[in-house]
Amino acid sequence: MSAPQAKHFRAERFDFWSFFFSGLTGLATLFIIGILAVILVNIVYNGWSGLSWHFISTIPQKDFFDIKTTGVLPMIVGTAFRVIVMTIFVIPVGVITAIYLTEYAANNSIITRIIRAAVNNLAGVPSIVFGLFGLGFFINFVGKNMDKLLHNPSAVWGQPALIWASLTLAVMTLPVVIVATEEALKAIPPGLREASLALGATKLETILRVVLPQALPGILTGGILAVSRAAGEVAPILFTGVAYYMASLPHHVTDQFMDLGYHVFVLSTQSPNIEQTRPLLYATVLVLLVLTFALNIVAIIIRARVRKKLRALG
Amino acid sequence: MAELSMPKLNVPAAKTNSPGGSALIEIESLSLYYGASKALKNISLNLGEKVVTAFIGPSGCGKSTLLRCLNRMNDLIDSVRIEGSCKIGGHDIYSPDVDVIELRKRVGMVFQKSNPFPKSIYENVAYGLRLHGVKAKSELDGRIEQSLRNAALWDEVKDRLHTSALGLSGGQQQRLCIARAIAIKPEIILMDEPASALDPIATTRIEELILELKKDFTIVIVTHNMQQAARISDYTAFFYIGELIEFDTTAKIFTNPSKKQTEDYVTGRFG
Repeated sequence: MSAPQAKHFRAERFDFWSFFFSGLTGLATLFIIGILAVILVNIVYNGWSGLSWHFISTIPQKDFFDIKTTGVLPMIVGTAFRVIVMTIFVIPVGVITAIYLTEYAANNSIITRIIRAAVNNLAGVPSIVFGLFGLGFFINFVGKNMDKLLHNPSAVWGQPALIWASLTLAVMTLPVVIVATEEALKAIPPGLREASLALGATKLETILRVVLPQALPGILTGGILAVSRAAGEVAPILFTGVAYYMASLPHHVTDQFMDLGYHVFVLSTQSPNIEQTRPLLYATVLVLLVLTFALNIVAIIIRARVRKKLRALG
Repeated sequence: MAELSMPKLNVPAAKTNSPGGSALIEIESLSLYYGASKALKNISLNLGEKVVTAFIGPSGCGKSTLLRCLNRMNDLIDSVRIEGSCKIGGHDIYSPDVDVIELRKRVGMVFQKSNPFPKSIYENVAYGLRLHGVKAKSELDGRIEQSLRNAALWDEVKDRLHTSALGLSGGQQQRLCIARAIAIKPEIILMDEPASALDPIATTRIEELILELKKDFTIVIVTHNMQQAARISDYTAFFYIGELIEFDTTAKIFTNPSKKQTEDYVTGRFG
């Protein structure tokens, strides 16, 4: 084909709307990245100077507003502890619910539709409402009745505690795990299930030996999203377990705990001297960000290892 | 044409019966509905032991559906309803006391799209064995080797048994699925267009394998490929829109069918 003919295929007019629309989408993306960059740079720049080994390894005194003497160890431990306990509860319950919905429930029955609607609505409930729910259900109902049954002379379970805060967060993040697991289960080729059943496997054997191992990376994605969401949440733990100040680290799930997110709130509202507290506030926020990233990275590494194993062998 | 191990059938097709009740699979007045639509209409058909029977017919004629009746894979679809009876070894497989797990152990299946588990070659074959209680390593090793040999795959994979089955070629994957099916020693193997996604060389290997397996297993195969049906089967059943039009020896179906529709189909005039 000769050159002049090839030229014929070139757009001759400048297409304004194509240019405008691709520019618009690019700008929107840039805007989001910009906001994220501003937040991160601001926090790292202002918080960096406040970080020290002393800061992250010290249990502070009750008057914790001076960056030279205070520390955030109990908040780091408390936040990590509650996120891990939450994960232990939310993953099994979420996965089992998703298995029921995708593998067992009749696809369009009334019950399935009600459960799906409930899951979707659960995701839309404001987090403070979960906090109130946790107080009313877990502490005043479950906890108080446990104390009664166990004949505890004073309240052990019927008071704010790490376990109740974790369970409240688990209820809140349940939809995330359910939806992620459902997507992972649906993505498994039906041929694999048929192959297993045709070999004389029961439905349960098929789910445990073929379906779940394949869905594991997707389930872990749900776990990662749940951890990200829960690590920074304050409202659900407000009435269910967080403490303004604890002289020691939490040792037991019935202990109250200090928390990074809540501590940021305390520092920004209760400080007698805002200027003095500002570097401390930045440093605490930076620690919260780093901890959230760290928890995420642990989950992402686990998922990467599972994926690698599945790809290599399974 | 392979030597036939059943007497020639020349009774009218719609009420075909094998003489003397020696048939392994006896399908009688079987109808199947998907919701309100009737996909199989009053099928009666007897299939003999250790022969290859081919189900042919145009798409949507019900041949795959009938195949899936034989190991009750249709149970997985909620809207399916079945009337009539289907006996294997004299026992109605739809009677309430039948253990579907035990049935599927006796009636294995190979699917159109090869579907090895995303596990190692070894684990693919071990899967069914472990389900049915084989635990000892030595027994597993022995039966896995035997199954892979019988599926004409051993020489190609013996040095990489513990690598992923997904690294095999399409034809090898399909032979692995056959190895997996025969590992648990079924009596009957159902094959749903097992070579339709394979190239001619891989197809030939599968066909040779089927002729080899016929010595030990009863094989029912659904195929769109009429040359394939002619090459490998002893008996052929022709289906059209849910009805069994004609069932006879493969030789008769392909050379001298009694029905006009069968003749039109096997000579390529429609379908």
